[in-house]
Amino acid sequence: MFDINPGLILWTILTFLAVLVILRFTAWKTLLASLTAREDSIRASLEQAESARQESLRLLEEHRRQRAEAEEQSRHIVTEGRELADHLKAEILEKAQGSARHIIEQAKEEIGREKEKALVQLRDEVAELAVLAAGKILDANLDAAKHRKLVDSAIRDLNKG
Amino acid sequence: MQDSRELEIPFGHISLPQFPPIEIAGITIDISITKHVVFLWLSALILIALALVAARGNSKRRVPHGFGNLMEVFVLFIRDEIVLPNMGASGLRYMPYLLTTFFFILIMNLFGLVPYGSSATGNVSVTGGLAIIAFIMIQVAAIRAQGFGHYLAHLTGGVHWALWPIMIPIEILGLFTKPFALCIRLFANMSGGHIVIVSLIGLIFIFQSYLVAVAPAGFVVGIMFLELFVAFLQAYIFTMLTALFMGLGMKGEEGAEHAKERH
Repeated sequence: MFDINPGLILWTILTFLAVLVILRFTAWKTLLASLTAREDSIRASLEQAESARQESLRLLEEHRRQRAEAEEQSRHIVTEGRELADHLKAEILEKAQGSARHIIEQAKEEIGREKEKALVQLRDEVAELAVLAAGKILDANLDAAKHRKLVDSAIRDLNKG
Repeated sequence: MQDSRELEIPFGHISLPQFPPIEIAGITIDISITKHVVFLWLSALILIALALVAARGNSKRRVPHGFGNLMEVFVLFIRDEIVLPNMGASGLRYMPYLLTTFFFILIMNLFGLVPYGSSATGNVSVTGGLAIIAFIMIQVAAIRAQGFGHYLAHLTGGVHWALWPIMIPIEILGLFTKPFALCIRLFANMSGGHIVIVSLIGLIFIFQSYLVAVAPAGFVVGIMFLELFVAFLQAYIFTMLTALFMGLGMKGEEGAEHAKERH
């Protein structure tokens, strides 16, 4: 079992070298090349995926920030608008109340003035009537019968007028 | 298990051609084709065919599939678990050698489990031939990595010159023991399993009883599975140790560089 056969050693070495030379330039070369190429492409894709992920994270962050900013802005605008509206409302209300008060006062004044005027006119008319009635009384002051008649007619006139 | 001049086939055997021995440098070399030479060549042809099929499949598809994928698992394992940890990136140039070693030994080992087959690695001459190539590759890797001067300097072991007469023979002996161990380990492991199987089957013939046959048959099946595992394991160990020894020789350079820096 332990006898060494130099011929077999020679055949082993020759066969091994032949296999080595044949495969070195064909199968091993192709296998190793395709392996390396695939590894490179996988590494490249992984790197690409990682950078894409980073980019998308960055975009998402930016988007979030922008949205928050926009929200803040809109909230601000709404608050501002509400404030302005409140302010305007108060102002308009105040103005309206003011002008209403003014109109009422004016109207009251007008009414007062008209009343005064009417009173003056009435007084004048009453005085005139009194003077007229007095004159008529003085004219017919001759006899009692006539007197009576005169007063009656004057009253009748008064009633009529 | 034994080498022979006949090839056993179902229902008979073939006598293999014999050539007159040739003499080179006083050694008589019998280059006759023996059973193990046939299985050597058969393994070589199968390896070439399988590797080409895998390579064609893998270069055609982006994602390897089927047999190409299986082949790639081994290739990746040899690269990532054997070559890179032991030899570093500069060891990648020896990938074709180590791949050939691994698959060639694996296929030869597996032939021992095939009916009518025989594992050529169960012959000490075949493992010796592989060890001689491993020896040459270890020296080539070391000389290529650290230069011939450093390679020779490494043989002194870095001790005082007075110790050189002792150190240099020891170092040179060390160069030969490593591949020798590779040769014996592979041979012993591959023939050992076969011997166990033959012994177990022999029990049936010793006891000459069908009842006894049940136990050895069960054991043989178990040993067969063990051998299947050992076939892979020994191919791995041979490749792994060759890469380790090559890596040690290549790292001698760094050691020498460090020594120079220190002085």
